[in-house]
Amino acid sequence: MITEADFTALTITLRLAAVTTIILLLAGTPLAWWLARTRWRYRFLLEAVIALPLVLPPTVLGFYLLVALGPNGPVGGLMTQLGAQPLAFTFTGLVIGSVFYSMPFVVQPLQHAFMSIGDRPLEVAATLRASPFDCFLTVVLPLARPGFLTAAVLGFAHTLGEFGVVLMIGGNIPGETQVLSIAIYDHVEALEYGRAHWLSGALLLLSFVMLVLVYAANRRFTVARP
Amino acid sequence: MTVEARFRIARGEFSLDVDLKLPVQGVTAVYGPSGCGKTTLLRAIAGLERDPEGYCRVGDWTWQDGHRFVPPHRRALGYVFQEPSLFSHLSVRRNLEYGMRRVPVRDRRVSLDRAIGLLGIGPLLARDVEHLSGGERQRVAIARALAVSPSILLMDEPLSALDLRLKHEIMPYLESLHDELDIPVLYVSHSPGEVARLADRMVLLEQGQVSASGETGEMFTRLDLALAHGDKAAAIIEARVAGHDDAWGLTFLDFPGGRITVTRNALKVGRTARLRVVARDVSLTLERQSGTSILNIFPVTVDRLVPEGPAQVMVRLLAGDVPLLARVTRKSADALGLAPGRPVYAQVKSVALLV
Repeated sequence: MITEADFTALTITLRLAAVTTIILLLAGTPLAWWLARTRWRYRFLLEAVIALPLVLPPTVLGFYLLVALGPNGPVGGLMTQLGAQPLAFTFTGLVIGSVFYSMPFVVQPLQHAFMSIGDRPLEVAATLRASPFDCFLTVVLPLARPGFLTAAVLGFAHTLGEFGVVLMIGGNIPGETQVLSIAIYDHVEALEYGRAHWLSGALLLLSFVMLVLVYAANRRFTVARP
Repeated sequence: MTVEARFRIARGEFSLDVDLKLPVQGVTAVYGPSGCGKTTLLRAIAGLERDPEGYCRVGDWTWQDGHRFVPPHRRALGYVFQEPSLFSHLSVRRNLEYGMRRVPVRDRRVSLDRAIGLLGIGPLLARDVEHLSGGERQRVAIARALAVSPSILLMDEPLSALDLRLKHEIMPYLESLHDELDIPVLYVSHSPGEVARLADRMVLLEQGQVSASGETGEMFTRLDLALAHGDKAAAIIEARVAGHDDAWGLTFLDFPGGRITVTRNALKVGRTARLRVVARDVSLTLERQSGTSILNIFPVTVDRLVPEGPAQVMVRLLAGDVPLLARVTRKSADALGLAPGRPVYAQVKSVALLV
């Protein structure tokens, strides 16, 4: 059965995924909108940077974040000087790592959703007296709804499964930074296959249910539009 | 109301270079072949296409000059796109209300009910946008544009995406807009048929430049324009319904050049109607023919002749002050001694009622 330590790991994991997803939706929406609309010629550079976590080994990303956020790193050093705790090996540090790690999974679906809307609905809204912001709220957001659903679920699910980044930057502090995937690893290391089964099964089920929900919702949405 | 527009817009191969000032009352057609820049001109007037150096003034409002650019959503215009472009996430009713709700109450001159009534879309309100036919969608889009009480209505080939049957379905609604609303319309089209039926005035656009503008009846008979040549060349005449003859099943219409007889129709006596007389259906005689089956014979004077190919001549005639076209062979023109100022009789084989 699930022990209290495992349960703590589960709640930390869910909290991390939720906080990360919310931050990414809030910050990723304007970023994706800008990427979808800009005519900036070097847009591709930024797109490549955002896509990096897709191909980079998570340990590499985690390593650099550790170096940056650790007490001797540029960010961590600055924070120490300001009298704050360095972010490495804290929950906040985990959130920062996860935001970078899951960014393409949120920004890309949003960007594609915005791009697929095209110029026409925006022009129609403008000729119907809607200011650009009004148009964004009343036309773009509703039309991009499937993209938001996909972005939220992918961002959440991807954060649930992260391992390498967390291990590098968060360490493995039970009750603070020990997440589900690492707890599973620990159980296997300790040959506690039964408990590893429980946690793995829970994660598998959770991920599957979420993906089923998003695909079902998007299917209904696309069927309703020709 | 006057529209002034100066734009120079270059897009790759294509360039638009216009400087026009035209009175807009009723429907003004922006007419020309595909790719001549009609749509770009309309979009520039709406502010959807930017020319930083451009100038645009509509009535009392300066929408664009060297110093400022009024964004499209602050311009009192209505725009109908080529494709209906309804919002798919909103119902028909919410689509109609979208623009209207953003217009201050004191500026609402066209009520939603009026717009709905004019386009005959009352029965569609509860429907989902997805379940409308192409023609129904375009009618909703037109009503949606009217519901913002625009000072000017810009229509970009609103019928071109529709098949012939749907065109005929929508045309009467456009005509009723023309008759019942006092909103000037700029109507982009490449169809002489649509222009003949709807437009009071027209602006001719060729290769990004205005080549001519004037009243529709005048423009269709200007021999220096391509419009007045070829198989489809025709004169457009405005006439008043004078009466019906039920015994013979005929309707009489009066125009300054005389009385036109057509087969009985349902038009009310006293209203004006638009007629099309195709140039190849008009023949000329020196004396009034008797013993002919042709009912429509008018005394006219020859105004101008322009050769049309090796064998034919396009003749511009004046019936009263109304221009007509006749296409005859060069041989006949020579035999009749046709020359400017010469009085002749025009025999019109058929007249098409447009409205």
